[in-house]
Amino acid sequence: MSTLFDKIWDKHVVKSIEGGPSVLYIDKHFIHEVTSPQAFDGLRKRGIPVHNVKQVVATADHNVPTIDQHLPIKEALSKMQVQKLVDNCAEFGIELYGLGHPYQGIVHVIGPELGVTQPGMTMVCGDSHTSTHGAFGSIAFGIGTSEVEMVLATQCLLQSKPKQMRITIDGELHKGVTSKDIILYIISKISASGATGYFVEYAGSAIRALSMEARMTICNMSIEMGARGGLIAPDETTINYVKGRKFAPQGADWDKAVAYWNTLRTDDDAKFDVEINIKAEDIEPMVTYGTNPGMGISVNENIPSEKAIDEKEKPSFLKSLQYMGFEPGEKIKGHKVDYVFIGSCTNARIEDLRAVASFVKGKKKSDDVEVWIVPGSKQVEAQAKEEGIDKIFEAAGFQLRQPGCSACLGMNEDKIPAGKYCISTSNRNFEGRQGAGARTLLASPLTAAAAAITGVVSDVREMI
Amino acid sequence: MSKPLNIVKSRFVPIAIENIDTDQIIPARFLKATTREGFGKNLFRDWRYNNDNELEPKADFPLNNPNFSGEILVAGKNFGCGSSREHAAWAVDDYGFRVVVSSFFADIFKNNAQNNGVLPVTVSEEFLQKIFALGNEATLTVNLEAQTITIDATGEQAKFDINNYKKTCLLNGYDDIDYLLSIKNEIKEFEKA
Ligand code: SF4
Repeated sequence: MSTLFDKIWDKHVVKSIEGGPSVLYIDKHFIHEVTSPQAFDGLRKRGIPVHNVKQVVATADHNVPTIDQHLPIKEALSKMQVQKLVDNCAEFGIELYGLGHPYQGIVHVIGPELGVTQPGMTMVCGDSHTSTHGAFGSIAFGIGTSEVEMVLATQCLLQSKPKQMRITIDGELHKGVTSKDIILYIISKISASGATGYFVEYAGSAIRALSMEARMTICNMSIEMGARGGLIAPDETTINYVKGRKFAPQGADWDKAVAYWNTLRTDDDAKFDVEINIKAEDIEPMVTYGTNPGMGISVNENIPSEKAIDEKEKPSFLKSLQYMGFEPGEKIKGHKVDYVFIGSCTNARIEDLRAVASFVKGKKKSDDVEVWIVPGSKQVEAQAKEEGIDKIFEAAGFQLRQPGCSACLGMNEDKIPAGKYCISTSNRNFEGRQGAGARTLLASPLTAAAAAITGVVSDVREMI
Repeated sequence: MSKPLNIVKSRFVPIAIENIDTDQIIPARFLKATTREGFGKNLFRDWRYNNDNELEPKADFPLNNPNFSGEILVAGKNFGCGSSREHAAWAVDDYGFRVVVSSFFADIFKNNAQNNGVLPVTVSEEFLQKIFALGNEATLTVNLEAQTITIDATGEQAKFDINNYKKTCLLNGYDDIDYLLSIKNEIKEFEKA
């Protein structure tokens, strides 16, 4: 009677420390320029090599410009950080999918698309959205830089086994409602800290019906409710997705792998510490109005009134609304937006771009908004061009940029100006996340695209 | 290796805000440094200064209030949520805090703090509110060995939990990597199996 999580975890425990954590073996380690330099310094200081360079995948994503990527990076500090990664990878012998490489992109987009991410693995990265990879039925979670150093040095981490939660979503989604709405809905129900200390398994017929990319969107935002990670049992959808990708097993290895992957599911009698059940029919297109991802409502709902908020939470609630320039009880639908950002490791895969393209085909953006579409990787960008999606965006007045994290966290030049409203397909609406003073409304790619056309928060279901 | 930690008796800086995320602790634009030092001056940067200008500190923010000082930071529920950036723990440490007290910590922050010799102390919401209600002359004593936190003026005390392994590390200033390197042979055996 084990859960999927137990099965993968148990297979990776090297040893357990009495009254302490376990030594957990890590199969794949992704690194990027922001959280790795101090880890490499640590290795140098200790005079030790990387344990196994074959298990490390490196890319530059957080700082990179999204226009003119072939030119030197203008901002001196960004340039230095990206260069440090190049130097460190060269010195320690790690293959880097850096700027200009056809595989470059956001670390959580390239892992799956290259077939590095596979069911049953343990995977880490110095980045909290590593949870994305859990969509394949793997244990994937974000770590800090000291831990990056540990994994580089030993391929292991010290971890205490987390508690487990299962969220089951049964039923059928309404038209125009996407996996992004599912996860925003869940977080709005259980709050931005509701799953702290837990690993979450997502299950149910609504999850099974989702594509691999849609599943990644859900696992990606597990961290936004405090969970260490989220995972979904592998099935035919998973196996078909992995098959034939660059680093997927081949031939006899493939058959062996599939046989193993088919055993990766939670036993019927396994127990979770917490179980949550959700009906897919209850979910509508969602948008956030505040400064944490738990502050989400359906596009047709009003922002909560002061009365509806717990006395103790009122100060944070009011502070948040003041930052956002919203009134308690105000209607969100029809509120103007200035920027539309479709990108990030939550929603910048090819399916996201396809969905947006098929919605905006033949439509034009509102004159009052600026629309940035930032593909998750070079491969997504190339695929979009091959399918003519770039032409559709151009005709609609959308800017298709080059891959990177971009306005998801505004470390490069893509910042939303202070006081402006941005409807964004990313995962965080924290104060200043998209630039100092920027106001972020999180939503699905379809809801973001609808706002791009109308210039205001809209219910995409009325437009399809 | 970090500084060993056992008893910290000090005044404290209260920030009675819930859900303080790592983007507030250290905004993304300050993550471009490639060393671990110097993050303290940008701790809570956007809450500390007007227009990002060090000449214009916001007087009402506790870090700018000369009445508050000490090695203990006391913050509202769900401290350190958001990104996995260890820079948040470095900033807290570099500023000079050795202990952070809250009624709830985000997981990754807690790990990162411990890995850098900063002790996260989880207390009940009730105890936390008692601390917030104290005057600015009040001191707290945190005793890691005994796993207690005491309001010195009244003697009120709360116990806190910490994993035994982490406790030993903090008491001695060891970090996880020292331990993992010491069992490298076992890791190699595991890889062969
Ligand atoms: S896209 Fe955003 S959330 Fe994803 S890795 Fe980049 S910065 Fe982090």
